[in-house]
Amino acid sequence: MKYYLEKIIEKIIMLIAFSAISILIIITFFIFKEGCPFLFKNGILNFILSPAWDPSTKEFGIFTMILGSLWVTVGALIFGVPLGISCAIYLAEFADKTIRGVLKPMIELLAGIPSVVYGFIGVMILAPIIRTYLGGPGFSILAAAIILGIMILPTVISISMDSIMALPRTYKEGSIALGATRWQTVKMVLLPAARSGILAGVILGMGRAIGETMAVIMITGNAIKIPFTPLDSVRTMTSNIALEMGYAIGDHRAALFATAVMLFVFIMILNTMVIFVVKRKN
Amino acid sequence: MLLLIFISSGFLFGCARKTQSIVLAGSTAFQPFAEKLAEVYMEKHPNVTIDVQGGGSALGIMTALQGIVDIGMADMVKLPKEADPLTKTIVAMDGIAIIVNEKNSISKLTSIEAQKVFSGDITDWSQLGPKKGNIRVISREDGSGTRKSFDKLVLGKIKLTKNAMYQDSNGTIREAIKSDPNSIGYISIGFLIPGVKPLVFDGVAPTNENVKKGIYKIFRPVYFLTNGEPGRLAQKFINFMLSDEAQSIIKKDGLISIK
Repeated sequence: MKYYLEKIIEKIIMLIAFSAISILIIITFFIFKEGCPFLFKNGILNFILSPAWDPSTKEFGIFTMILGSLWVTVGALIFGVPLGISCAIYLAEFADKTIRGVLKPMIELLAGIPSVVYGFIGVMILAPIIRTYLGGPGFSILAAAIILGIMILPTVISISMDSIMALPRTYKEGSIALGATRWQTVKMVLLPAARSGILAGVILGMGRAIGETMAVIMITGNAIKIPFTPLDSVRTMTSNIALEMGYAIGDHRAALFATAVMLFVFIMILNTMVIFVVKRKN
Repeated sequence: MLLLIFISSGFLFGCARKTQSIVLAGSTAFQPFAEKLAEVYMEKHPNVTIDVQGGGSALGIMTALQGIVDIGMADMVKLPKEADPLTKTIVAMDGIAIIVNEKNSISKLTSIEAQKVFSGDITDWSQLGPKKGNIRVISREDGSGTRKSFDKLVLGKIKLTKNAMYQDSNGTIREAIKSDPNSIGYISIGFLIPGVKPLVFDGVAPTNENVKKGIYKIFRPVYFLTNGEPGRLAQKFINFMLSDEAQSIIKKDGLISIK
């Protein structure tokens, strides 16, 4: 009796595990099924490299949006990564237990703030400040980069911190025994040793930045043009899908699915990079 | 887990069948009005539930065609060809106002000037008056009923400027313009608030009265679309929408009644 119960539970758990994976497969299948015919019909290169997007005249090119996604993501990394890594170093190496006990949960709380709230803060506070002091429309790459930089902090900090703290104590002890200061130890021993973990954190943060939609729609202005300065307004691939999905029929709808395919490819490349990096560590 | 969801959703649908229900979807501009009127209607007919969803005019047309909803809502000057087989009932009119920041000294535009501003021929406020600075055009996204109507009525065959920024609702355009003194955009007249200034267009102020008189030209009808003849319940609700009571609510809330 007990044996059968065990078996049944095992099977149920297996079923649940597979259902989670099957959802991933269904999503992938569906996106590619809807997007690929369009891509092959119109030409992938044409789709990726044409800067004109005007569904009413059947012009579908997402070059501006790929650039938009890249600018915004790179910008987010410029703000988020130095802040995140220094914060992780402080928390892992310099902070005492009480401070760490207060800061860590607060950083994790940062991850729980809904993106629409970040977007709202961007629209109400950040965009007007940028417009007044730096010029341009305010709704810009810079605004999005700052907001996304903050949004990826929790990911970067917790993963970097964990990988620094997971290093064997002997590394640190050995370095200090050799006469290195604490900062030298961090810079020359701990950071290089935890490199792959930190990199994985950065890449995961990058995935979050490239996939973020709500906050980005609210603060980038969504203009369809090639951005030249960080003060320009851009549209990202995710915003393009979310903005127009509700209206799209026919080719337009297929073009949005094709945008999703490109986004999917981008994110897959990032995830493969994470797996590669983490594997090399082991 | 999944099984549980299936069971509970089946249970929910089972419950829903007992009361009669009407589903509406489409135009986000008309959605708040439809919700309000649906509430009034449900108070009078407690055995009827009305479910009002947004999604945009195109979605309203598509879902009405596929029979997923009882009534699709669309607010466009000209419905696309796909909507031809649908039965159309105009339930309200909605004017569109061109708006600027209240600090902007400009108070009127001619149709030619508006065309030039939105197509990118005029790029600096100094070309229109004493004010200086880059004009920042804010538009609705492609496919929006407001956008389609505005393009058709103001721009005609000319294209919107490539430098235009996009916001995805009347409310967000309004907030963007309220905070940026150099911007210009357009929203439904019902959404006007202090802080943004509606521009006099070709000598006519954008008010509901002027749309009704036929002298303000930028407006679009709000359609209720049904696949073939509406069902008995849907017909009753449409009749209610056309009644004096519903029309006076529409009028009081800032849209234009058809009566």
